[in-house]
Amino acid sequence: MKPNVPVEALHTEEMLINMGPQHPSTHGVLRVILRTDGEVVVNARPDVGYLHRGLEKIGERVTYAQFMPFTDRLDYLAAMNCNCAWAWAVEKLAGIEVPERAEYIRVIVSELNRISSHLIAFGSFTADMGAFTPFLYSIREREKVNDLFEAACGNRLTYNYARIGGVSADLPPGFLEKTKEFLDYFEPKIDEYNNLISYNKIFVHRLANVAVISAADAVAYGLTGPNLRGSGVKFDLRRDEPYSVYPKLEFDVCVGTGERGVLGDCFDRYMVRINEMRQSVRILRQAVAQIPEGPVMAKVPRMFKPAAGEVYFRSECPRGETGFYIISDGTVNPFRLKIRAGSFVSMNIFETVTRGLMIADIVAVIGSFDIILPEIDR
Amino acid sequence: MSREPAKGAVVPPPAPGSPGPEAHVMVGSADMFVNWSRKSSLWYLLFATACCGIELMQTGASRYDLDRFGAVFRASPRQSDLMIVAGTVTHKMAERLKRLYDQMPDPKFVISMGSCANTGGPFYKDSYCVVKGVDLLVPVDVYVPGCPPRPEALIDGILQLQKIIEKTRNFAKKV
Amino acid sequence: MESQALFDAVKAKFGDAALELQDAGFRPAFVVVAPASIADIARFLRDDPAMRFDSLMCLSGVDYKDRFAVACHLYSMSHRHAIGLKAYLPKETPSLPSVDAVWPAANFMERETFDLYGIVFEGSKDLRRILLPEDWEGHPLRKDYKYPESYHGIKV
Repeated sequence: MKPNVPVEALHTEEMLINMGPQHPSTHGVLRVILRTDGEVVVNARPDVGYLHRGLEKIGERVTYAQFMPFTDRLDYLAAMNCNCAWAWAVEKLAGIEVPERAEYIRVIVSELNRISSHLIAFGSFTADMGAFTPFLYSIREREKVNDLFEAACGNRLTYNYARIGGVSADLPPGFLEKTKEFLDYFEPKIDEYNNLISYNKIFVHRLANVAVISAADAVAYGLTGPNLRGSGVKFDLRRDEPYSVYPKLEFDVCVGTGERGVLGDCFDRYMVRINEMRQSVRILRQAVAQIPEGPVMAKVPRMFKPAAGEVYFRSECPRGETGFYIISDGTVNPFRLKIRAGSFVSMNIFETVTRGLMIADIVAVIGSFDIILPEIDR
Repeated sequence: MSREPAKGAVVPPPAPGSPGPEAHVMVGSADMFVNWSRKSSLWYLLFATACCGIELMQTGASRYDLDRFGAVFRASPRQSDLMIVAGTVTHKMAERLKRLYDQMPDPKFVISMGSCANTGGPFYKDSYCVVKGVDLLVPVDVYVPGCPPRPEALIDGILQLQKIIEKTRNFAKKV
Repeated sequence: MESQALFDAVKAKFGDAALELQDAGFRPAFVVVAPASIADIARFLRDDPAMRFDSLMCLSGVDYKDRFAVACHLYSMSHRHAIGLKAYLPKETPSLPSVDAVWPAANFMERETFDLYGIVFEGSKDLRRILLPEDWEGHPLRKDYKYPESYHGIKV
């Protein structure tokens, strides 16, 4: 975390810079209040809440099924993952058995969405670093995933596809073949990205050794998902707290290796996402081959009232663990719904890791955390 | 920039002995030419607050290529003619949005993109901190419905705005 | 580690500060503790070699209508087990010691709980509103919260 130039040599008067909430590189309406000494950041304090929409309050006022569309808007880049996370959480609360085909469908759409979400992470991150072309590449691929989702559920961004007890409709004919086609098309593209930008000297220089987070810090600050794995902690809920049909699928947990600098720097976090796309392709190939025939919806009563109780369920979303803490009092709507989102927790460590960086590195840190504002603000 | 002549412009037939229609002579009112240039270079402010921002991003990128309509994104309100409010506006954000709008040079236009910006959308009934429509804050020219609108819908919104600009009278007084 | 054994261990160490074990219908189970000693018990749960709850998954406030509660969900990366930690607070002036010295992750979640419930965390390193504007009135997630008519002249 040391700047490349001695601070004493550059000592000037402190200055307050306001970055955001409207800023092209803050991935939404994030505001950062920077106290700087010349180019060196003394303190970077995130000010969040510009997109606080009160989802938790809404959750107490609508029924379990009605909350499904709001989970789309919880993390719109990975709406499928959030849909499924909510469905899994409520099913755990009510003890509903879901048909196996539905579980496979959920895993397929989740992994497709993980790819498209990591693509945006990759694209916008490189755009922040000053390379605009990879962004266009990533959108090109993302549109293909959007086409698949559009075929499955009729929407491009907010899907509302999962249901409590299954999914809203079976996959349309030809979906699995199209998915295979996409995987064949997409897998070589990952190498293309690596050739294009990942090992570009300037790009590596901007990321390596910047904002290093040790494994112990990452755990203590509650980082999850790629940000945790970037620090070398081999922890993935799909493997370590398996849910759905993930135990039947084979994949590796990607971790940072410190390949271009110190373990846990921005480059490691970036590389974990690139490698995870490859693993998602691997999971998808197996899931597409294994998916059984059968119903896609369990019998769930229309007036759905789970028994009173409290449950915490978490699942692996592209931005880390998305957890739902649901308190049911036996009525049609949750008594309390707490959403634990990966980006919100990642933002907690921001002030600590940015101390002593250069102003331009702040952008790299925001990008490497792959935050999304509705998840922070909810 | 469109290579089409301005709508309503009269392209006179080539005079005998002239180099032909490539002489680029157009006859029309001053209003028409001003509006033509305005509508063909609508630089929009990159102001993505929520979900619609991703669709805005995808509209601007590879497949839909919004640049075709002369609309390119700018990061600063000082350089923008058009503000596309893409997404939910909360009460904490409201003041900033107004301030951004005030910074834009005249003539300025606003497209309200998506249900949240139009009316508060899915958060209309139960949310305590969402502004129920961005038209409570700034004047809106075009509303694009959808949650989120498809890129085609947003492009249509921009075309509708171009039609509005075409009809504007800058010099001629209304009779 | 079984939740009952875990509760017994806490009970043996802290006596009456461990109030009850909420087991049936709760996943994960909750160890209910006296609010005043939550920070000490948290430190014990983190440092004891048999527990090692090094990760705070989630910290949430709850309004049970007659009383408030703060619920922490803990996870141990080394032992791979989970437990909940809960403290009930009175409706008037709810406050309890902060746990952000034990898990730095708690800071943002405590600020959020303070913002939306008005629960005060004593000794927190930085307790301000986080999601709502500084001059917002009331704490929206309380069950008796009335939506305001307008904010800065804009209809809510």
